[in-house]
Amino acid sequence: MGILALLRGLIIIFNNFSDYTVPLIFVVILTAGIMKRVKVYDVFVDSAKEGINTIVKIIPSLVGLMVAIGVFRASGALDLIICVTKPITSIFGIPSEALPLAFLRPISGSASLALVSDLMKNYGADSFIGRVVSTMMGSTETIFYTLTVYYGSVGIKNIRHTLVAALLAEATSVLVSVWVCAFFFGR
Amino acid sequence: MLNYIWMGMLVIGFIVGGINGKLGEVTQAAFNSSKSAVELSIGLLGILCLWTGLMGVAEKSGLISKISKIVSPLISFLFPEVSSKSPAVGAIVMNLTANFLGLGNAATPLGLKAMDELQKINRKKDTASDSMVMFLVLNTTAIQLIPATIIALRAASGSGNPAEIIIPIWITSISATIVGVIAVKVLGYAKRG
Repeated sequence: MGILALLRGLIIIFNNFSDYTVPLIFVVILTAGIMKRVKVYDVFVDSAKEGINTIVKIIPSLVGLMVAIGVFRASGALDLIICVTKPITSIFGIPSEALPLAFLRPISGSASLALVSDLMKNYGADSFIGRVVSTMMGSTETIFYTLTVYYGSVGIKNIRHTLVAALLAEATSVLVSVWVCAFFFGR
Repeated sequence: MLNYIWMGMLVIGFIVGGINGKLGEVTQAAFNSSKSAVELSIGLLGILCLWTGLMGVAEKSGLISKISKIVSPLISFLFPEVSSKSPAVGAIVMNLTANFLGLGNAATPLGLKAMDELQKINRKKDTASDSMVMFLVLNTTAIQLIPATIIALRAASGSGNPAEIIIPIWITSISATIVGVIAVKVLGYAKRG
């Protein structure tokens, strides 16, 4: 009973803390800027332009990938995969709708973004599935891209245990995101 | 690899759609999805600009070098082969900090610089050193202060509280990082025998 009450208390503190995180980060960064005599607004506007470049650059790949996912879902092929994998994923408590993301995430960032958007549209951003895929998406990087760029730049051919370790970390993030979301928000 | 996945999804989609007699819906989905891809991009635009703008202020305020100082003691544990005087240390710390602040554009050049410095002290030039493996794994599990893209995506998808996901993401990526670091150390030790 005591432990359960403690956990409940922690959840309440954490949920309230969520409301404070964003304002707190704003205040800290802007205060640090003013103290260094940075022209905060000018720098803000200038840097915000980078955000536009990022988005414009991903539009073509997002169109291509979201069409592929849309076709795959509408045809019933996605339901087939979800149905087949359900017995395996249910052992770990992973919603099988989230499983395709676990495979896509290490391969392509924009494809996972398209898939997460598709899942949130179909199940809701504030559903259990929506929260799990958000957490999975936010907690790992595109492994294959990172390996290719960094090792490619210095001509490394034998990457030894890099891929195994990175995939172990990714598998951890898949499992933990399910547990953490169940703990914070309930199923 | 993405070339095959993309084509595979489309072709399998059309075949399964044909078998299920859903080709009409499939065609409709193709057109609707291309439209919602653009709507999504527009939806992401505002929040992403907001964060890149704020993080630009953080960069100019010298916050990267402040955070770098805090994390540098960790570096000697994670990269025992790298001498604390090596220029690799600075590049590694700055890259990890830029990743932490979500400054992707700043992180990649710093990461390439770090790889370059690590390659200089690497004994076998075509084989990854222990330090390189550690650096790469830390980059793939990168912990982010504000996971801006996913918050923007949740806001665009009509979430009541898009930022509620921040702390679950922190906990998840810290766990993934710990497992990654242990895996690098244990596997590295096992391979050397």
